[in-house]
Amino acid sequence: MSMTMAEKILAKSSGKKEVEAGEIVMANIDVAMTHDLTGPLSVESFEKIGVSEVWDPEKIVIVFDHQVPADSLDAAQNHKIMRKFVKEQKITNFYDVREGVCHQVLPEKGHVVPGEVIVGTDSHTCTHGALGAFSTGIGSTDMSMVFATGKLWFKVPETIKFNIEGTLGKHVYAKDVVLNIIGQIGADGATYKACEFGGETTENLSVSDRMVLCNMAIEMGGKTGLVEPDQKTLNYVNARSDKSYEVFKGDEDAASLEIMDIDVNDLEPQIACPHNVDNVKGISDVEGTPIDQVFLGSCTNGRIQDLRDAANILKGNKVSDNIRMLVIPASREVYTKALNEGLMNIFVDAGALVCNPCCGPCLGGHVGLIGPGEVSLSTSNRNFKGRQGSAEGEVYLSSAAVAAASAITGKIEDPRDLK
Amino acid sequence: MKGKAWKFGNDIDTDLILPGRYLVLRDPEDLAAHVMEGADPEFAKKVNNGDILVGGTNFGCGSSREHAPIAIKGAGISVVVAESFARIFYRNAINIGLPLMEVKDISKYVSEGDELEIDMEKGVLKDLNTGKEFEIKGLPEFMLEILNEGGLIPYLKDKVNEIKQ
Ligand code: SF4
Repeated sequence: MSMTMAEKILAKSSGKKEVEAGEIVMANIDVAMTHDLTGPLSVESFEKIGVSEVWDPEKIVIVFDHQVPADSLDAAQNHKIMRKFVKEQKITNFYDVREGVCHQVLPEKGHVVPGEVIVGTDSHTCTHGALGAFSTGIGSTDMSMVFATGKLWFKVPETIKFNIEGTLGKHVYAKDVVLNIIGQIGADGATYKACEFGGETTENLSVSDRMVLCNMAIEMGGKTGLVEPDQKTLNYVNARSDKSYEVFKGDEDAASLEIMDIDVNDLEPQIACPHNVDNVKGISDVEGTPIDQVFLGSCTNGRIQDLRDAANILKGNKVSDNIRMLVIPASREVYTKALNEGLMNIFVDAGALVCNPCCGPCLGGHVGLIGPGEVSLSTSNRNFKGRQGSAEGEVYLSSAAVAAASAITGKIEDPRDLK
Repeated sequence: MKGKAWKFGNDIDTDLILPGRYLVLRDPEDLAAHVMEGADPEFAKKVNNGDILVGGTNFGCGSSREHAPIAIKGAGISVVVAESFARIFYRNAINIGLPLMEVKDISKYVSEGDELEIDMEKGVLKDLNTGKEFEIKGLPEFMLEILNEGGLIPYLKDKVNEIKQ
């Protein structure tokens, strides 16, 4: 039987020869990730089940990233709960406050390989499909079941495959492509579906850029993002992981596969406007909108390539006196690279604030919140009302290049117009 | 089951249901004090035990935070009725024993404050103010079983060894 990539992975992980979209399977979990914010609830639920030990302490990964270092007593208490759990359960993969955002740390540290089933108590766990894994966000109670049994039930999703063709113009990036797709199909356009990205444009993208695409699959309701592994994927994985793995490729004639063609030849930089990620406009429609804060970072666009793109634009320029700019590398590895390449000097000289690797203002819980009536331009993935602080604030989403250009002028700026 | 309707629109995301700054809380009562705060800062004060939340499409989209359905349940809401639900929220709600019902076009016909009556056996929701009846889309059997046990934890208590095999 012909199957999609998602179906093949779920078939393997549930010990079946074939599965069909719509079917409910009990899958064996290869990696279970939780973090400082949703972890404590997962632990609390796990303790209620009445099992004393987790199924496999080596398959659990715990990352502190949302409130690091602790910014309140509640956060400090949450960290204590998780550190105690790590010790008691002898969990080997624990990344305390210094390491960075979970969705960057997982692939960097070699926890993500093709063909595995990965779950995380964070909706952007779909990011890891960029390496050909079936990876999805779950809640804390579902995680407690995984902790106890190593298994979780899934409804096998249908797949919507975006065939992306064309050459990206100057200062047009993966972020613009995925925002454009979300604008086209809507915030629930792919609900319950696996979102696979393919086509020539995807093939030409770096692994990091493919992560940007998959990261935002959830913003159209997707269950996971997926990119078929190729040599670039294998190079990335082999350099970081010693796990064995299996590569799955989908069949073009699978019954549950729907194909959507995306042409990016004439795409201009895209902006998601308040208060929904699918409220997407071309930059020419929103250029000139005054802003109060620029946030460069997050699991969407806080990688080294994003910092390079932004630094290139900021070099020799100053952040407008009317606004503040936060630069938050997605991980310690990204931070170190940026330091060594001299990017941090460029940011600091330009007047930006550089923070430790963490989620930052992305979810409005930690540093850099916006006040009532303020406008944020952010390279992250969500612009819901109140997402970055005040419910009376506004959040626009863009690529790193647009963020940097806008930091200079203090309003939404097309980087293609600078200089 | 009978209760008063509180109406919200399409794409009610988890940041509206429970803003990120409250994720440090875990106690259902503490979370309930901020329920729907992003959409209506006064909501927690107005809502009563047994009330019903009515939403449009894609209810619960966004983050995987289980704090969102816990806050709703903690506030005494008996059921969330919407035209469609986002995937993670749907699982989370059933897992913690908060009933969800999918009803086509519900937000077009029900007004805020209407008294709704739900007959689970018949799978019918009735608006007592207008007399209009709606069909409730049934839950998959497997999820119904979890819900009837009161959530995934009580369900697992009996079955954990069997599942582990
Ligand atoms: S950076 Fe933002 S979207 Fe990514 S994990 Fe952190 S809070 Fe979530």
